Amino acid sequence: MAVTDTNGERRRRAPFPRWIKGTVLTLGSIAVTMLGLLFITFIIGRVMPIDPVLAIVGERASQSTYDAVYEQLGLDKPLIVQFLYYLWDVVRGDFGMSLLNARPVSEDIARVFPATMELATLGVFIGIVLGVPLGVIAAVNRGSWIDQIARVVALVGYSMPIFWLGLMGLLVFYGILGWVGGPGRLDIFYQDIVPSRTGMILVDSAIAGDWSVFWNGFSHIVLPASLLGYYSLAYISRMTRSFMLEQLSAEYVTTARVKGMSERAVIWGHAFKNIRVQLITVIALSYANLLEGSVLTEIIFSWPGIGSYITTALLSADMNAVLGGTVVVGLIFICLNILSDLLYRIFDPRSK
Amino acid sequence: MNSLTKLMTSAALGLAVALTAAPVAVAETPPNMLVIANRIDDITTLDPAESFEFAGSDVSRNVYQKLVNFDPANLDAGYQPEIAESWDVSGDGSTITFTIRDGLTFHSGNPVTAADVEYSLRRAVILNKTPSFILTQFGFTADNVGETIVADGNTVTIKTDKPYATSFVLNCLTATIGGIVDMKTVMENEVDGDMGNTWLKTNSAGSGAYKLVSWKPNESVTLQSNPDFYLGAPAMERVIVRHVQESASQRLLLERGDIDMARNLNPEDIAGARDADGVVITDELRGRLMYVSLNQKHPELSKPEVRQAIKYLIDYEGMQNSFLNGQYVIHQNFLPRTFLGAVDENPFSLNVEKAKELLASAGAEGMELEVGVREAQERIEIAQTLQNTFAQAGITLNITVGTAKQILARYRSRELDVYLGAWGPDYPDPHTNAGTFAFNPDNSDAANATGLLAWRNSWDTGGLTEKVAAAVVENDRDVRSKMYADIQAQFRDTAPFAVMFQKIEQTAQRDNVQNVNLGGATTAVSYWPITK
Amino acid sequence: MSDATAPDLTWREWLLTDAPTSRRHARLANFYQGWLSLRANSMAMFGLGILVALLLVAMLAPFLSPYDPYVQSLGNRLQPIGAEGHLLGTDSLGRDILSRLIYGSRITLYIVALVALIAPVAGLLVGTVAGYVGGWTDTVLMRITDIFLAFPRLVLALAFVAALGAGIENAVLAISLTAWPPYARIARAETLTIRSADYISAIRLQGAGALRIITKHIWPLCISSLIVRVTLDMAGIILAAAGLGFLGLGAQPPSPEWGAMISEGRRFILDHWWVATVPGLAIFTVSLAFNLLGDGLRDVLDPKDGGE
Repeated sequence: MAVTDTNGERRRRAPFPRWIKGTVLTLGSIAVTMLGLLFITFIIGRVMPIDPVLAIVGERASQSTYDAVYEQLGLDKPLIVQFLYYLWDVVRGDFGMSLLNARPVSEDIARVFPATMELATLGVFIGIVLGVPLGVIAAVNRGSWIDQIARVVALVGYSMPIFWLGLMGLLVFYGILGWVGGPGRLDIFYQDIVPSRTGMILVDSAIAGDWSVFWNGFSHIVLPASLLGYYSLAYISRMTRSFMLEQLSAEYVTTARVKGMSERAVIWGHAFKNIRVQLITVIALSYANLLEGSVLTEIIFSWPGIGSYITTALLSADMNAVLGGTVVVGLIFICLNILSDLLYRIFDPRSK
Repeated sequence: MNSLTKLMTSAALGLAVALTAAPVAVAETPPNMLVIANRIDDITTLDPAESFEFAGSDVSRNVYQKLVNFDPANLDAGYQPEIAESWDVSGDGSTITFTIRDGLTFHSGNPVTAADVEYSLRRAVILNKTPSFILTQFGFTADNVGETIVADGNTVTIKTDKPYATSFVLNCLTATIGGIVDMKTVMENEVDGDMGNTWLKTNSAGSGAYKLVSWKPNESVTLQSNPDFYLGAPAMERVIVRHVQESASQRLLLERGDIDMARNLNPEDIAGARDADGVVITDELRGRLMYVSLNQKHPELSKPEVRQAIKYLIDYEGMQNSFLNGQYVIHQNFLPRTFLGAVDENPFSLNVEKAKELLASAGAEGMELEVGVREAQERIEIAQTLQNTFAQAGITLNITVGTAKQILARYRSRELDVYLGAWGPDYPDPHTNAGTFAFNPDNSDAANATGLLAWRNSWDTGGLTEKVAAAVVENDRDVRSKMYADIQAQFRDTAPFAVMFQKIEQTAQRDNVQNVNLGGATTAVSYWPITK
Repeated sequence: MSDATAPDLTWREWLLTDAPTSRRHARLANFYQGWLSLRANSMAMFGLGILVALLLVAMLAPFLSPYDPYVQSLGNRLQPIGAEGHLLGTDSLGRDILSRLIYGSRITLYIVALVALIAPVAGLLVGTVAGYVGGWTDTVLMRITDIFLAFPRLVLALAFVAALGAGIENAVLAISLTAWPPYARIARAETLTIRSADYISAIRLQGAGALRIITKHIWPLCISSLIVRVTLDMAGIILAAAGLGFLGLGAQPPSPEWGAMISEGRRFILDHWWVATVPGLAIFTVSLAFNLLGDGLRDVLDPKDGGE
């Protein structure tokens, strides 16, 4: 769902010539952005009419139990004091304990984030492998039926409600055909077989050399990853097409053609080479969006990822978990942005 | 577009299919393993002194033993000896002495002793967590447990502040909070004087049929059998409860044979699963009630005729036979069926004409009310049905949907006109519901008795409070039962509560799974008798 | 306007002239040229057609729908597609799905219209001010934009709705809150290029204030890229609203909002698939229509990406 509102404008080119100054400014702006992110999340958490105390003690608690927990959470202190306490903990790398399951939030995130990462990585991989060629072909054959089909494929991807597509996919490919694994990351009897090193089942099982677990994990991930892949495909292929069109209308392409260079060499050797950098930005954005966690996909496929983790936490007023999750996701988003900026500066021929 | 989508997905799937060559045949879980799909997102802790939700009691019942407990083969027999081999009640009925059974051991290998029992019960009182009221209602406090809960040799004696009905006290001890923990192991894991609370939230130290292997929040609970269980090693060596939110997903998993049991199928999926090969459906009456309540602070709703009228504006039959089909049965009394004192009289049915007359006689026409309901589909549908029938009598009902906690917070602060919700008994004694629906000693805002449903609806109970207080100390079972029947008769007629339905849990399971008991209206599921 | 038309010219010729006679004439001619090239794009016209049809359906809802969308009939629930008297079947409470679908189009249009008004305007305001004023104002405004961009989108929307309570208006606000930052960036980028243009300096020399320059001269130039962006975002907005409805945080029952209808129907997806599928298809169709139109508009208005 979130994939559709991405755009290329997020990328920022650092206007500062000297790299030291640039680095300092970049770090500064990250810090400011993170602080703002934390503060807004914190405020939302506090003004939300979901009582965190009630979330812990439940419906039947006596008033004395309620009051005890209220104080224990520090809710009797002024808002700004609560925020500063929280900030101090975060700076020291402590996201606090989840109010609901009494575990360190960092532990929870370490458990749910790899699940999302695995799904997002495979999703964006599918998006690139299918989306980039589709975009290039569409641009080259502009206006032809191939272009039209590519357009429809992409726009259908933009337009499909994922929760409906997910349920239908599950019904058809798992329920009726039995081609893929069901909801969850593994069949029950494959669970807890390989030691968790990275938290990503495909990677862990490959490291352990246990291919039966690997294939079982793969059969579970392939459907949700294909769905997410379809969404990134839609975006990636459209952007690839417009970048390519821009290049193909450039003078050097005409010159190359006039010189008698083969069409293949013109397209892949010149035009495509020049859009690689722009593509990196687009892919980084797609990836960042998938890493935010596709809440609805995760719910439908019982995928224990960060999107559903934050959502569940939010709805049950587990503010430490929401804050921790938001910080991690925000940080990754910002880092990916910076990374794509960096790549841009390294590879962009014009910026040299 | 469907074919297009399929095309895209198939392209990606092709590889997987080619390599795994998964057979379409129904899979099967290993013979010594029980796999269950259930919604377990309500678990917030597994410490028996703190755990209070449905999925948590399912775990607790299989991990911790209690002084007295229910036999899954015969729930109707009531509480039976477990850790306590026998007990004596003193002359005035306020002191009970339990004799501890010999030869029981905890999972750690430590013997179960009177000292462990003393520690566990005191601990529950001192920690003062949510369910502690189940014990503290007998007058136990953190200050007096030294005198009121005392171990001596192989006996434990508890002294209540009044002579309560013995059945009431023992029923309360069968609740999750009565679970006996391994003192030595727990104290080894104590942090900052928390009596092991933090550790026990995610670990177990019991003597029951199973021990906890892991609890991954919103993901799974895994239990491992205890080979030294005093009734013999359970047949299912491993029990895995997996969190699956969607009914459709649960059904697919079951029909494909990837799980043995699905516990949250909706009526339509139950109907569909009934036709599937190798799946059987079982029904079990549970204790949960669905009710509508009317805030007595509302000037119109506080009129007796209006309260009556509302009870005639509910399409009990229509709902029972349509979207609640098979999962709720009409029940208009606050004691669930199978409880001591439960009655079966359901005098109300949809009667718009009568309701209109009652409203007219009260001069309450054209009301506009707000109903709060949590975002669960069946409740939203009930709310919409109410909206529909209320409208026929000229009452506008506006539905406010929110998360459970949001709606609950407003209910507890007496803000909602109308609340639509469910109530499940906390322990298997009639007082658990009588003490909340029909008991409200101080109706003032200042009392802040947020735990009492009567208080939340600002209802002074019209004299029922005293009758409830009398019933709870009556030791003659038949007399006590009659007292509750009388209380419910008056309640049905006058209370601002329209109790509508009692829950029937429909479980779909593979046909080789035997001896499943979910715990009826009184307790939770038992895994140890299950075979397949 | 008719007196401006020379007698020997048809409307078409007047609009296609190379030598406009007035500013309005030029604008109209420009618009007409755009329309012509848009009309040549059959897919965009297809999208536009669907949207016009949607508008008509929404307007004529009381005449088109065979039943009252709220009337329940518990004895007649979950009727299949093509059941007697119910072309698209009935839902869990026995309400006619076709009627609910028709009335639901009003809600969809309402959401789309409100978000399309709020988010781009907010973005335009922030972006142009930041771009035109520059300096500290720019830094602060863009930092705020960054913060909102770095937020996990659905989480922000969810948090907002959870804080203010569920409902269409709040859902609209929440979606707008997550949708404005990209518009701000676009508007800022456009402003930066326009600001240094010679004619703006000329206007400034004539004594025009910042407010006047921004509203009269910068805004109109930002509009076309914003329109493209908004149209392409519409599908995302509809899906986001449906997603909130799906999570129970959008329109409240018994409102026939399409996302909420899917949410209600998803319980029966295995045996009564049409209850969720019909509104799912409706959402899909409208989203696709917006996407087709937006894609066509981009070709017309944003020559960099496409135009012949």
